[in-house]
Amino acid sequence: MSATVNLGMPAVRPQHASPSSTLRGTRGFPDAAREELTDEVLRGNLRHATTTIQAKRAGVVREVRDWQKLRNAGSALKWQVTDHLPELLEQLEESVTAAGGTVHWARDAEEAGEIVTSLAIERGAREILKVKSMATQEIALNETLEHAGIRAIETDLAELIVQLAGDTPSHILVPAIHRNRAQIREIFLASMPDLDPSITDDPAELAGAARRYLREKFLDSPGSVAVSGANFAVADTGTLVVVESEGNGRMCLTLPRTLISVVGIEKVVPSFQDLEVFLQLLPRSSTGERMNPYTTLFTGVREGDGPQEFHLVLLDNGRSAVLEDPDGRSALHCIRCSACLNVCPVYARAGGHAYGSTYPGPIGAILSPQMTGVQDAEDPSATLPYASSLCGACYDVCPVKIDIPAILVHLRAKDVDRRRGTRGEFHGAWDVSMKGASRLMSSPRAYDIAVRSAGTLAKVMPGKNIGTLPHALPIVPGWTDHRDLPKPGPSFRSWWDQHEKQRAAGSASGAGAAPATGGDEQQEDQA
Amino acid sequence: MSTRPAARPVRTPGLSAKEEIMARLRAALDVPRRDAVTEAADVPRDYQRADDRQEVSTDPAKVRDVLAQRIADYRATVHRTTPSQLPAAIAEALDGAGSVIVPPGVPEGWTAQVAATVQVDDGTPGPRELDVIDAVLTGCHTAIAVTGTLVLRSDDLSGRRALTLVPDRHVVVVQADQVVLGVPKGIERMGEDPASPWTLISGPSATSDIELERVEGVHGPRQLHVVLVDPEPEPEPDSPAPDGTSASAPTSQETYR
Ligand code: SF4
Repeated sequence: MSATVNLGMPAVRPQHASPSSTLRGTRGFPDAAREELTDEVLRGNLRHATTTIQAKRAGVVREVRDWQKLRNAGSALKWQVTDHLPELLEQLEESVTAAGGTVHWARDAEEAGEIVTSLAIERGAREILKVKSMATQEIALNETLEHAGIRAIETDLAELIVQLAGDTPSHILVPAIHRNRAQIREIFLASMPDLDPSITDDPAELAGAARRYLREKFLDSPGSVAVSGANFAVADTGTLVVVESEGNGRMCLTLPRTLISVVGIEKVVPSFQDLEVFLQLLPRSSTGERMNPYTTLFTGVREGDGPQEFHLVLLDNGRSAVLEDPDGRSALHCIRCSACLNVCPVYARAGGHAYGSTYPGPIGAILSPQMTGVQDAEDPSATLPYASSLCGACYDVCPVKIDIPAILVHLRAKDVDRRRGTRGEFHGAWDVSMKGASRLMSSPRAYDIAVRSAGTLAKVMPGKNIGTLPHALPIVPGWTDHRDLPKPGPSFRSWWDQHEKQRAAGSASGAGAAPATGGDEQQEDQA
Repeated sequence: MSTRPAARPVRTPGLSAKEEIMARLRAALDVPRRDAVTEAADVPRDYQRADDRQEVSTDPAKVRDVLAQRIADYRATVHRTTPSQLPAAIAEALDGAGSVIVPPGVPEGWTAQVAATVQVDDGTPGPRELDVIDAVLTGCHTAIAVTGTLVLRSDDLSGRRALTLVPDRHVVVVQADQVVLGVPKGIERMGEDPASPWTLISGPSATSDIELERVEGVHGPRQLHVVLVDPEPEPEPDSPAPDGTSASAPTSQETYR
């Protein structure tokens, strides 16, 4: 039960993330998603992006004969990490310190922001260079620095687009996926004073413009302070690993005088050798490449090569609270590959912004509410575990085998328990539809009637999809407002009844039509 | 942001941030995950490791072919050569460059046929100075065939990191004995000196951030040339292979991953 800390101090409990973190939306998922769904550009871009990456990923994963064994090893390593987190962090601190780095500990977003800000101020930096990092996004570091009069310059092309447009990222891997080339050209023209207005919207030209714009910053390394995250922090050697594509990471990790890496405590991996697992799992799952273009490994500081000062900020900010739930803690195993986003039918339609958190998609749906905690039934975080159809595709692709559907169900159960404790809270449309669905699911007879009648209904509707059918199905009101409901084939029950009848009648043809799958999602995954 | 402001996480007076985080984590782990805790020894290592049969026994010539093909897949330029032809191959890879910088450990012979001015790095040129140099020529530590990856260690052969980052063309010489098949063998070799800065390069820098269209050459060198040194061809066709592997073992017919 209560943990006794042998320091003679009052018992310390795990804590949720700071409210200032960008982890909790301003409204629930259904409301946010409804608005995002009206954005046709976003939906088109997202569908293109997710299907493209999905196919690439599946291709390079199929090449790896021992993929499932690598996943098993990756998963076990991550369990080893969560089971031994305190010891591994101690070891990491020792190794980093021995290699000439300085380790800071940040309990929450504010503390991390203060550490980075004062390090930057002490070094007289007015500008700092940033490598894309979800941890710094989560703690809203750029805003904190801005309050102190320090400008953070995002150096990833996508992050730069997002920053120049005043947006928030919508995808872990392709943060600017909600912007198309014409929009990006406009954004660049508006914010890069030296840019020749004759520039076209050819991606190569746009990337070239970003190269010229940022190169000046890299070569002068303003303030000579860079802030990065890390994909892995190796406990036994103190090595940090940064995986990237564009080279802005190498620039930031190499040219400035001072490097500050803000890293979630769950990023620790036990040994250098374990990188042989993760450096196979991550690139293929993430960008669908055999290996990403650039990976940098650095350990503390090295005289004559790279930053002469290195600070590692180890961040809790709600992670201890995730760790506290034995059935939910494996959400901390995530290596941020984004494969689960790309296969998720809900994500493909609603987009990243609907989740209202730095961590979108299936992983966000289990990670964000655990990090923020859920205060009451009105808490937007409470809706996230429902942002899924529980199809299971996320689990199949996850390189570290996080059982996302199981955790979603677990969090829903917790939510229901919470609501039971507070009477009269089932009133929003979401609640009603969920209640309708649960009533439906809990009664085989009601379910049977609903599914059979859907089949009959489909006969009178032309086309593959029924289309928007507001309230035609009274069972789950609102569900079809933003979703093209696939026209149901005969339900398994109708099919079976039919089949049995035919069999009884000795029908030689034997087979009735198998239940049709009306959906347009394909999972081509297992390798 | 929610209906009512969420509570700030508690900080315990008198505890350092580290003490407090450690106490939180220990309290969290008080609830066991399940009956068993995963120890290092419990991690199943039945995937193909550095000592995997395929890694150990695949014909090195075949491994080099895979490397060349995978690097070309990334749209880097591959020049295959032999030790005696190396200076000519390097000169070809550097064709058109007016100035070249090399780390101090690059053998003089490598640049014997290079037309450009060759400068040996003494560690002093800053980013601005490096930016006006056309090309950098280095060796490497290891090359991983399956992923087409060049592994650079910060040393006299591969150079300090800024050297291989700022100039727009990077020419890397890969010797036959540096080529391994898979990632685990590559990591094993790196593990002999883990504290060194390491850079893994798999093709020129790229972005797919704009409508997922791949654009090559964002911030790193936009041109990557790999000069792969195969052993000299055998003068007599039936003499044993030079590198210790028995010539009578062409049986490794495994397909690559
Ligand atoms: S949960 Fe798994 S699949 Fe999703 S981003 Fe994390 S590691 Fe990748």
